[in-house]
Amino acid sequence: MQFDIRSIKLGQDVTAGDIAEDLEFLDDWEERYRYIIDLGKQLPGLPDELKTEDRFVRGCQSQVWLETDYDADANTLYLAVDSDALIVKGLAAIVLSALNQQSPQAIHDYDMDGFFERIDLLSHLSPTRGNGLRAMVAKIKHQAEQLVA
Amino acid sequence: MTAKALDINALRAQFPILDQQVNGKPLVYLDNGATTQKPMAVLDALQNYYRGVNSNVHRGAHYLSDEATGQFEGARQTVADFLNASREEILWTKGTTESINIVAQCVAREQLQPGDEVLISTSEHHANIVPWQQACLAKGATLKVIPLRDDCSLDMEAFDQLLSEKTKIFAIGHASNALGTLNPVKEMVARAKAMGAITLVDGAQAVAHFPVDVQDLGVDFYAFSGHKLFGPTGIGVLYGRRDLLEAMPPYQTGGEMIEVVTFEKSTWNQLPYKFEAGTPNIAGAIGLAAAITWLNNQDRAALEAHENALLAHATEQAQAFDGLKIIGTAASKVSVLSFLLDGGHPADVGMLLDKQGVAVRTGHHCTMPLMDTLGIPGTVRASFSIYNTLDEVDRLFQALQKVKTFL
Repeated sequence: MQFDIRSIKLGQDVTAGDIAEDLEFLDDWEERYRYIIDLGKQLPGLPDELKTEDRFVRGCQSQVWLETDYDADANTLYLAVDSDALIVKGLAAIVLSALNQQSPQAIHDYDMDGFFERIDLLSHLSPTRGNGLRAMVAKIKHQAEQLVA
Repeated sequence: MTAKALDINALRAQFPILDQQVNGKPLVYLDNGATTQKPMAVLDALQNYYRGVNSNVHRGAHYLSDEATGQFEGARQTVADFLNASREEILWTKGTTESINIVAQCVAREQLQPGDEVLISTSEHHANIVPWQQACLAKGATLKVIPLRDDCSLDMEAFDQLLSEKTKIFAIGHASNALGTLNPVKEMVARAKAMGAITLVDGAQAVAHFPVDVQDLGVDFYAFSGHKLFGPTGIGVLYGRRDLLEAMPPYQTGGEMIEVVTFEKSTWNQLPYKFEAGTPNIAGAIGLAAAITWLNNQDRAALEAHENALLAHATEQAQAFDGLKIIGTAASKVSVLSFLLDGGHPADVGMLLDKQGVAVRTGHHCTMPLMDTLGIPGTVRASFSIYNTLDEVDRLFQALQKVKTFL
């Protein structure tokens, strides 16, 4: 089966705003983390042959893989992520809800820390959490920056 | 078992940090392998030092300096007594990592020749791998590694086969940080010394659990960290046999460690100061001595029995827990339970335990080669200390039941 990065609709059918709204209604930690884990489970992972060194984002605790594809005609950056840990994959899905299928300029300008602070998950993006998530966001932003330039 | 003789509530009351809520739940601190908490005796010692004594040591120009020097050198004597060594053989370091690096730098890199071997084990912490690996690479020597048996104890037959006259240095953890396995270091040191090797024991995961006697072990070097022994961070110890320390070149140069300096040359101070360049961690040393004095005043046999009871209770619950696999099942262990849950990445398990107030360590525990050998990404590690309770062990497993519902 061919992996199609454009089949990942996160960011289109479910936006960052939708996720923020959902999370606002979930006030105990259990519901919030079940929701995050579900987001991760719903997100198609990367096939093993795409889990290569150049797509790898090393974390101390868990690992993340990032695949990107830029459509120059539409000026759109397509994203796909995977992680060996459920919560990190769910958090990565939240990142995708904000950045997937956006223009490089929009990705470059997006305030991810601000978003994670708003949904009260900022600690997961902190440099002290060795989960690879922060490095993944930096990698996406770096790529967007190069496309803008 | 004398565990019942222990007044656990009175003991816990001496560790103020334990009495707090984390994520809305009472804290269950099971990350003692990473660092232990500090009793009031240590907090008071640090506070008293800075409030009333702070001054630089070994200057002797005024009252406070004499006082600080007295406490600082008294602390060295406390550590010497703790290990059954003499005070000239006790070097202050930043911690176990620096202690091992001193030996790698001033022994391995000085003495290793091409074809020589350094022998370690599969379950070593990175701090007891990388310094030797780099020394071997620099000197054309070879790093040899003792394999593990199925229960993650050391393969002693393989050890005997790997040990030879080529083995110039043998460095081994007293207890494994990732799995808790207690290694038969006395026996191994004796065999390595019979082959002419210089021996080092990494005691970071041992000293908080049971008494250590370097004379009895017969070891040349013994390293540990203060912060894993109820003391402050940033202070550690290297015990070294006097004749070896005398023969070693200095580790760092500068103030304190010199005897006479001219612009052309310098001569070195006597032991132990030869290895202590610059102003030392005075408060750290005094705080560590306070921790040791505090520990000496406890009934250590009762504490050990209590820790064993915690491990036995945890192991029993782990064995009965559906979908849980214990990693490291050696007969002889310090109070560490490393495990995996079916379908649960250690990072997920750790995060979901944290949300329930239970602090554990997850990941590779600075033992990547060990995790590679076992073919796992890491483990969840609950490491117990003297102030943990059987009730906290139960809380861990209740929390794990909840974690399972997420996976």
